[in-house]
Order: sequence, then C-alpha cells, then structure tokens
Amino acid sequence: MKRLYAILPLLGVVVLIQMLTTWMGTQFYLTQMTMAAYYSLLIIGLCVLMGYAGQISLGHAGFFAIGGYLSAALTTRNLMPYREEWLVRLLDSGGLLQSGKDMYGSDLLVVWPWAAALFAVLMAALIAILIGIPVLKLKGHYLAMATLGFGIIIYRLVLATPWFGEADGISGVPPFELLPGLVVRGDVSGRVQNYYIAWGMLLFGLFLLLNLINSRIGRALRAIHGSEEAADAMGVNISRFKLQTFVLSAVFAAIAGILLTHFNGGIGPSEAGVMKSVRYVAIVAVGGMAHLWGALIMGVLLNFLSLRGVFGSYDDAVFGLILILIMLFAPNGILTLLPRKKDQAPVQAAPKDEEA
Amino acid sequence: MTTELFVQYLFAGITYGSIYAIVAIGFNIIYNTTGIINFAQGEFVMLGGMISVSLLPYMPLPLAIGLAVLITMAVGALIEIVFIRWLTSPSVLRMIIITIGISILTREAAVHIWGESIRSLPYFAGNEITTIGVLGARISPQVLWVVGVCGVMVCTLHLFFKTTSVGREMRACAANRTAAILCGINPRNMVTFSFVLSAGMGALAGCVMSPITYTQYDIGTGLAIKGFTVAILGGLGNSGGAVAAGLLLGIIEAFSISVVPLAFKDAISIAILLVILFVRPHGLFGSGEAARLKAF
Repeated sequence: MKRLYAILPLLGVVVLIQMLTTWMGTQFYLTQMTMAAYYSLLIIGLCVLMGYAGQISLGHAGFFAIGGYLSAALTTRNLMPYREEWLVRLLDSGGLLQSGKDMYGSDLLVVWPWAAALFAVLMAALIAILIGIPVLKLKGHYLAMATLGFGIIIYRLVLATPWFGEADGISGVPPFELLPGLVVRGDVSGRVQNYYIAWGMLLFGLFLLLNLINSRIGRALRAIHGSEEAADAMGVNISRFKLQTFVLSAVFAAIAGILLTHFNGGIGPSEAGVMKSVRYVAIVAVGGMAHLWGALIMGVLLNFLSLRGVFGSYDDAVFGLILILIMLFAPNGILTLLPRKKDQAPVQAAPKDEEA
Repeated sequence: MTTELFVQYLFAGITYGSIYAIVAIGFNIIYNTTGIINFAQGEFVMLGGMISVSLLPYMPLPLAIGLAVLITMAVGALIEIVFIRWLTSPSVLRMIIITIGISILTREAAVHIWGESIRSLPYFAGNEITTIGVLGARISPQVLWVVGVCGVMVCTLHLFFKTTSVGREMRACAANRTAAILCGINPRNMVTFSFVLSAGMGALAGCVMSPITYTQYDIGTGLAIKGFTVAILGGLGNSGGAVAAGLLLGIIEAFSISVVPLAFKDAISIAILLVILFVRPHGLFGSGEAARLKAF
C-alpha cells in the first residue's frame, strides 16, 4: 500500500495538468502528453531490464513495432475476400471478428481489436522468449550488437512486407474500445478521456514495476546486476530471471505500441527504427538507469518536447548529445548531479573496472 | 546457374566483402588497444566518401581522396581526445552508449552538412559502362580498385604492426597494458593512434567504394553492423580472420539475393550474426579459450 501512496502525488499532477490545460484553453498539449505517456510505458519496462537486471537492449523499438504493427494489420486488413477460409470462419464463429463498412461503403471484416491486441502481446512475448534465450547468454558488446541486430531485422521485415504496408506503414487503424465507453482513439472529442487512459496505464505499469523491484525478484535482479557469478552462487536462477525481465519489458513495449497505434490511427516503419531504440536507451540512461521514477519523468519530459517539435530537425542529434553528455559526466543519471540525502541513494549502476 | 552469373555474383560478393573486412579490421584495431567496440566505425567510411566528394570540385581525384582520408583521421583523433581519452576505466555499457552517441552525432552532422542526397565519386578508371570480361562475366574496373586497395591496406597494416616501432608499441598495449606502461609506452597515445588508424582505413575504403555503392549520410550503421558480424566471424581482434570472414559474408550476401528478395539482404547477414553469436561467439577461426579471457 505504501507504494500506492507514492504514486498519489503523481496522479495529482496528472489531474492538475489536465485542469490547467482545459482552463487555459491549451488542451492540444494533452495529445502529446498522451503519446509521451505511451512511450514512457515502454521506457519504464526497459528501465527494469537495463537498470535492475543490467541487460542492455538496443532492439526495444522492435517489440513496440511487433505490438503496433500486428494490432494495426489485424484490425485494418479486410478479411472479406477470405471469409470462406476455415481459419477466418473459425475466428468468426468464435466472435473474434467484427464487420463494418469502409470509407467507400463496401463491407469490411476485420479482427476484433481486443483479440488483435491479445494476439500481438502474445506474439511479442513469444518472440521475446525465442530471442531472449540465446541473446541473454551474451554480455557487453555482444549483447548490444545482438539486440541491435534483432531491431534491424524487424525494421527490414516491416519495410519489405506488403501486408505491413512497406514504407507507407498502416493507416486507418480503427478505435480500440477497451471497456464500454472507454475508447482509445485520436479525435479531439476523446482527447481528455484518452489522456486519462494513457496515464492510467502508465501509472498502473509503474505501480506493478515498483512492486516488482521491491520484491524478491527485484532483489534477485539487483544481485545479478552486481555480479552474475555471486548471484549464481547464492542460488539465484540467473537465466530465468533475466529472461522473465526481458519478456516483461517486451510486453510493456508491445502494449505501448498497440495503444499508441490505435490512438494515432496508424503506424509507420520509423517506429521500428534503430534510432527509436537508441532514444529509449538514452532516456533510461538520463533517468539514472536503476531509477524508475527518473525514467518515467525523463520519458514524459523528453518525449513531450520531441513530439512538440521543440528540437526541430536536430531531434536525433539532441538525443545523441544527451546520451554522450550523460554517459560522460553523470553515468548514474542526471539526478546524481544534484546533492541528495544518503538514505535516498538508489542502487548505483556503478561503473565496474573493466581494465586490469 | 550459368558460369557467367556465378562469376558475376562472386565478384559482387568479393567487392562488398573487402569493404566489410576493412570495417572489421577497423573494429579490431580499436578493440585490441582499448577493449571496446567503436559503434561509430561505419561513420568513418561515410565521412571518407562524403568529404572526398565535396573536395573533388577543387582538386584532382587522388588529392581529394588523400585529403579526405587525412581529415577523417583528424576527426578520429578529435573524437578519441574529446570523448574517450580522459575516462578512467569506464564500464563496457558506458563505452557502448558513448560510441553510439558519437555515431548519432556524426550522422546528424553529416545530414545537416550534406543533406540526404546520394553522392558518389566518379569511376577511377573509365566510366559507369566500362567493363572488363572475366570468364564471360562483365565486371567494372572499379571492382578491381576496391579489391586492390583493400588488399594493399591489409598488407601494409600487417607490415606496420610487424616492423615499425609504433606498430609494435600498439601490439604491446594490446597484449599487456601494464607491462607496456612499464616499458615506457604511453597507452593513451596508442589509443588515440588506433582511432586515427582505423578512421583512415575506413575513410579510404569509403572513397574507393563510393563510385559503386554510393555514399549517403546513413550508410554507417549498416556497415558497422556488418563489419561487426565479420569481426566476430573472424574472431574479435584477429585481422587475418576478418579478411576471410569478410569475403565469406560478402559472397553469401551476394548469392542470397538470387534466392530471396533484395529487401531481405541485410536481414540475412544479421541473421548470420545472430546465429554465430549464439553458436560460436569466439568466431570461426578464434579460440574459445582466448575469448573467455577477454573482458566483455
């Protein structure tokens, strides 16, 4: 319960921002705040993987894209021509399809968003397991390159597959009715509601992860980060914990991808790009690696500024610069530059001596 | 497959393979002296091509290439001095992230200087349609330039490490840093020098490949990941292995496009990387014993 109270002030800020923007007539900021919240959902998941389990991933945009693209394609691609196929008939009889009209008035048969979303999350988790088992045995440069390679493969596949819209991506993704009356969609009338859906998801995710890192699993992860050999000797099942964290962060990324795609009404190949993955890593680094709150705050702040176009054509350059500056001068996050009380110090992602 | 087609694919593979080998050797030089992988390695190739294209209107081709290589070497030195030299025993994760940051900054600087347009140097001999017949296949003389220059570079580098004093000092640092310091070698200077050397090699490769493969601001990442694949395949730190592995990857890639769509070409070489990492992380020619002793 204590950790629930820790989130309450943040909830207050979220409500305050909504009220302020409504009062000042600047509700358009809420759109970017919603998108920033979804990106931050991915980032806090990555934070647990990088900061607590100590495993770098340069391929998380890949999991975001798996979620977003699968959900988008399933809810958008018309199954009408295939309705006699057994698979489509099976799905239909299971109530997993929904019919409607497209913009030209012809019949449309697509997968129900909930079914598409669940399938996308399951696929992301499955791919994370298949990739994670071999990849997480690697360390350092090898792990970084392997995850980077995974990200590039997803990017290439998306770019080369007509079903995923090649370079154009997928547009016209329908709204996603989470619960009756609670719809993830991008039009102006749903702006405030979607702002709360996104932040609700983010805060719920944060709550789950805060609980996780303060539990037995969290302590095991920190032990692994400190020294895999020592953790192993103490009876921690290293490979299982690393894999579970990897899959968990992939699921967070996929959920973020699904919801953001339905909110935006589309997804493009740039979401799977290497630069996106690097950007997520940069934000986790700025937030302080093993610091969920830092990752959340920096995730929202930097994504919001970037989405508002504050950095102009220097967008990627700004993130590159942030990455270098943080790693050169404050490898344990920007918050360590401030004077802090001793008892508040988080687990330090202390640089280990690599050179003899 | 006819003989002509076979030879055609083979030469395409050897051309790209030589470039990958040079990038991989660039990785190896820096890895041997510092124990880090420089994720910005591909950007040196891009810079070499871009700078030489920009210099060409003002001077003859050989001079433009020479100056471009020198400028890229200076950039390499600058990067090392500004970002890496003064760090004391940084962690691997920190070094990975810093070199990724350097790679992004270089690329972004390039896109703001040169734009997104695709550029290329003119063919060194003849033009686009000049060909030489080999076993019934038609290949461009530029292919011979690429293979020749890369071959000369590898041999020169080998002699440099074997015979010159600086080369031997660099090898001493790679073998045992502490012992090298005791012998009066300044390892920091050797690290700077390794950046200069691998920047120069990358830039020269970028110039000779430019007429065939073209140069754009974003070619660095792709080259870096393939160069890394080759470096791993040949055994990290082993330059002889890198040449063999480079040619192997280039040829596999070239023949792969006869089987799968062109769009999947990159995916195939990365899939090879993943498989190698999972099955034989010490490379085809490296020894597992030595790999375990290195700090990753």
